Amino acid sequence: MPLVAAPLVVLLRSGRAGWLIAAGVSVASLAGALALAARVRAEGVLSYALGSWQPPYGIEYRIDAVNAFVLVLVGLVAAVVVPFGRPAVAAEVAAERRYLFYAMLCLALAGLNGIAITGDAFNLFVFLEISSLSSYVLIALGRDRRALVASFQYLIMGTIGATFIVIGVGLLYLQTGTLNMADIAARLEAPGAARATLAALAFLTVGICLKLALFPLHMWLPNAYTYAPSVVTAFLAATATKVSVYVLLRFWFTIFGANLVFERLPMPDIFLALSVLAMFVASGIAVYQRNLKRMLAYSSVGQIGYMTLGISLDNVPGLTGSVVHLFNHGVTKGAMFLFAGAIAMAAGTVDLDRLGGLAKRMPLTCAGLVIGGFSLIGVPATAGFVTKWYLVLAGLEKGSLLLAALPAASSLVAIAYVWRFVEAAYMREAHPDLAGVKEGFAAPLVGGWILIAICLYVGIDSTWTVEAARRAAAQLLFGAPQ
Amino acid sequence: MSLPGHFTYWITVFLMVAGLYIVIARGNLVKKLVGLSVFQTSVYLLYIGPGKLIGGTAPIIAPGYSVYSNPLPHVLILTAIVVGVATLALGLAIVVRIREAYGTIEEDEILRADAHAPQRGGA
Repeated sequence: MPLVAAPLVVLLRSGRAGWLIAAGVSVASLAGALALAARVRAEGVLSYALGSWQPPYGIEYRIDAVNAFVLVLVGLVAAVVVPFGRPAVAAEVAAERRYLFYAMLCLALAGLNGIAITGDAFNLFVFLEISSLSSYVLIALGRDRRALVASFQYLIMGTIGATFIVIGVGLLYLQTGTLNMADIAARLEAPGAARATLAALAFLTVGICLKLALFPLHMWLPNAYTYAPSVVTAFLAATATKVSVYVLLRFWFTIFGANLVFERLPMPDIFLALSVLAMFVASGIAVYQRNLKRMLAYSSVGQIGYMTLGISLDNVPGLTGSVVHLFNHGVTKGAMFLFAGAIAMAAGTVDLDRLGGLAKRMPLTCAGLVIGGFSLIGVPATAGFVTKWYLVLAGLEKGSLLLAALPAASSLVAIAYVWRFVEAAYMREAHPDLAGVKEGFAAPLVGGWILIAICLYVGIDSTWTVEAARRAAAQLLFGAPQ
Repeated sequence: MSLPGHFTYWITVFLMVAGLYIVIARGNLVKKLVGLSVFQTSVYLLYIGPGKLIGGTAPIIAPGYSVYSNPLPHVLILTAIVVGVATLALGLAIVVRIREAYGTIEEDEILRADAHAPQRGGA
């Protein structure tokens, strides 16, 4: 549906109509995702043969507990960010380009939904490129000229990543003669992994890790997030990397099987090491950033570490933690980038040195950012706590106190960078530049607070998200939700 | 496992690595894109090569046609070519804008320009 909407927006050539359509489409995709999730819960795996070609010959859309969850996340973030982001877009994108902006947003949404929904490996690549190409354009629309360079960097890295994924898919296809994910999995089950299977696994893993910005393949992310228009950052930060994590889960667990990935290869160790490095190093870099958006971007790289950590532990609490963190972090970071955008619009800067005393000027925005920060740290009663809780449980189940202590320890680093904002906004003398600054436009604020409210709600009453994530984890590990 | 028997694979791997090397080693943005294209093209070969049988024709059900090439890789690669063209076009468009903004398309000069530029606040 967003795919149909995009050319429509271009044809209308009007920013207002574009916004209306984009907002309508994103709300509709949330509704669709929720309806699908409810049906998956009730009926199990859904399958839809595109163009009535029966799988494995035709392209199949296949929805189970895992991608229903991802679809809801993407729909939710889009439905909040797009309708409430209008003033931010108006402030940051030139009027004559605004309709193109919304068209690209629709395309990105379509691509992300497509990645999540498809059951066909090559189709996944096509949707991946749809969403990537549109996000390069979105990033390049930033006001700063450095946005162009960031976008170009992302284009190079993203294309290399995507090409690696195609190579991986190609090798799988050469071996099995099929592109349907479930079918590939069934045919690969023959004992004794061939070299080509391992090569395919390697290509796919590296390609996907480029896309999900796993440390040390994250170089494109901070620049892209810093210089993109804030609506784009909020949308992409909350969805794009999360969908890539989903792709990784899908390939590892559904296609290659946990047996191959985790028992015969040193994958869990490698991922464990990289995740822990991401958690500490990227968060450590975040502490030293002066630019608020860049700080949040590095914190994203760190938070991705939590997701891959949970994956590498390969047990139900760990995967539950990972999947639930997709949602928790998506919601939290979406909100924080919206607030950062609101600050950029009102104060004209997101440089921490020049934001002294901001809390007096923009109390609501700052309070929201702080609560989001609490969630990044993992303070109880925020969404982040739930994730940490499950990761610690997963570490304990592995019988390692060290693994259990790591997520807790990395919270300390998170405290450091969140504190830098708190210190600047609340403790410091008002910066002279901020004299006339008031709370900005209401809309991004409302959007941000809706996401923060969700973040608090799932922090306090996590039954819904955790239940859904646990079903997804069981689906991945055992092939059926339990 | 003879060398000539794996001819297409050798070509593919050579193009792949050469393309990737250009992307990494060249500072000129247009050359980077060229490398990226070479890299992507190698993947087309990876798909097409094994799908082709010597003497194979398009899969037509008619007397006289008995050996078919596998049509599916061709279809897939047609899609991949479209994606590649779109990527290249977008990349070149961004290079044009970078040139407008910076007056150069050499990576190191751009980085230098940014390092000297006054830190503009905001997005």
